[in-house]
Amino acid sequence: MADTGSDAVSSVSSTFSAFNEYLTNDQDMREEIRVAVRAMEQTAREIMTTLEGVHQTAGLKEAPALCQKARKLLETTEGQFAALQKKVPMDQYYRFHDHWRFVSQRLSFVAALIIYLESEKLITREEAAKFMGVSTKREDGFHLDLEDFLQGLLQLASELSRLAINSVTAGEYNRPVRISNFIQELNAGFRLLNLKNDSLRKRFDGLKYDIKKVEEVVYDISIRGLKTSATVPGHGGEETPKSTGVE
Amino acid sequence: MGRDYRQKDDGYKSKGPSKRAQHGDSWSANRKVQKGVKLIAEENSEVVQAFRVFQNELDTKHDKHERLVKLSRDVTIESKRTIFLLHRITGDEDRETVIKEAEDKIKLIQSTHILQIAKELQGQDPFLFQRAISPGFQEYVEAVLFLCYIKEKKLMTLEEVRGQLVFQVPAGEDSLAKEDSRKSDVVSDATPDGEVHDPDSPMRALSVSVSPMDYVLGIADFTGELMRMCINSIGNGDTETPFVLVTFMQQLYDCFQLLGNTPGREYTRKMSVMRQSLAKVENACYMLRVRGSEFPKHMLLDAISALPGGSTDTMDLDT
Repeated sequence: MADTGSDAVSSVSSTFSAFNEYLTNDQDMREEIRVAVRAMEQTAREIMTTLEGVHQTAGLKEAPALCQKARKLLETTEGQFAALQKKVPMDQYYRFHDHWRFVSQRLSFVAALIIYLESEKLITREEAAKFMGVSTKREDGFHLDLEDFLQGLLQLASELSRLAINSVTAGEYNRPVRISNFIQELNAGFRLLNLKNDSLRKRFDGLKYDIKKVEEVVYDISIRGLKTSATVPGHGGEETPKSTGVE
Repeated sequence: MGRDYRQKDDGYKSKGPSKRAQHGDSWSANRKVQKGVKLIAEENSEVVQAFRVFQNELDTKHDKHERLVKLSRDVTIESKRTIFLLHRITGDEDRETVIKEAEDKIKLIQSTHILQIAKELQGQDPFLFQRAISPGFQEYVEAVLFLCYIKEKKLMTLEEVRGQLVFQVPAGEDSLAKEDSRKSDVVSDATPDGEVHDPDSPMRALSVSVSPMDYVLGIADFTGELMRMCINSIGNGDTETPFVLVTFMQQLYDCFQLLGNTPGREYTRKMSVMRQSLAKVENACYMLRVRGSEFPKHMLLDAISALPGGSTDTMDLDT
């Protein structure tokens, strides 16, 4: 057995040095990805700060301008995604997905918010992917993961429930009703999904509180008769909601 | 290594209808959900339609995940059985027959469950389903390593493990599958299994790639089996094997330690279990050396069990 002994030694050590090399490569790759993602997170924060303006009393009227600004910023992510894409091997998207999961959720959310503020419509997945300059299909390599996109939509719901409150404070009484319809429809959509017991499901479970919050706002303005005065002076530009599904 | 893959393929095909039936089930479940929602939202609104597409995509993914988990579990069970079988080797007489039987079992695992996993995964990003399949692969690696060690007293390399998992399937079988370049790379350095098929029907290679991580974690489990083998051999009155085993395990442990904590939590956990296994074997060897001459052979095992931490109750890594 002594003769095979030395054979075993060399095979063990070569196996482990190969593994060590694999680990080192893996870590280098992750490091590069982390750097690329950090830039994207920075952009996402800037966009968020810009859009935060709509919650201020004067901000709602400026929404179109803010959206324009946010769109401009969002354009930069396209290049950032392209840079990230170069660092990730074509067929290993999910090996490193965790690194950009958060930021792609966040970007889906800001894109959805921009679309909502502009047209009061739900963003499509294609639109969201276009904002980031990626594909919607897994086959194309770098894409917007469906679950990330859905997480983004759920973030939109909680942001809108906040907007409902702030729009009342700003004297715009019809917006909460429209937001309520919108979120209801979103909820109906999510209820179509058979979710597993994962983070998406957890986040979805929070959606009902957003709905409740908006409904309370609608209730408050209804019983005070604020809602029925369908035109609040000075907000003419905002009064052309696209139908939100209740036809 | 003459395996007839095509025969196994036929076996797989016959399962086609049941798979379709499963799909039908989830479809009817969806209908039920939709009925409930109808009350709230218009069936044909854009949002609902978009979500129906999402629903479809998520369900497809979850179904695939479920099927892979099940296959992985089957691989685990069968690999475990193979390992138990290998532990039944008591002497030179039954050695060859047991090894033969174990090889057959391994081949069966490859050509049924793992081939199906390969089929499920073709054209997919394997990392998306990593969590579903890696327990099965770790157990499988453990089994083939153990078999290889018993046969040839050496550690099977990752390339060899991967080389066994390249399958030849008829090229026209399903057009969905996309050849990806990585797959064909694996084929080129694979064992000459490809010779088996006849050249006039077009065949293409289908492989599953065991990740380096699964391989190394499989090695960690494998040391547990070495420990059992060591204790068993003492029970059988073999005073030579334990010393060979202890050297080999020490080498492995050295290599594991060299990498430290970098590979992740699971690695660290397995390493600490490995340390315990190694301690048991080292204790056993100590006992053999010191008292081996004094004890009658049949009492050695009891003496070793009595050592602190030397219990023969084997720790199981697979929780």
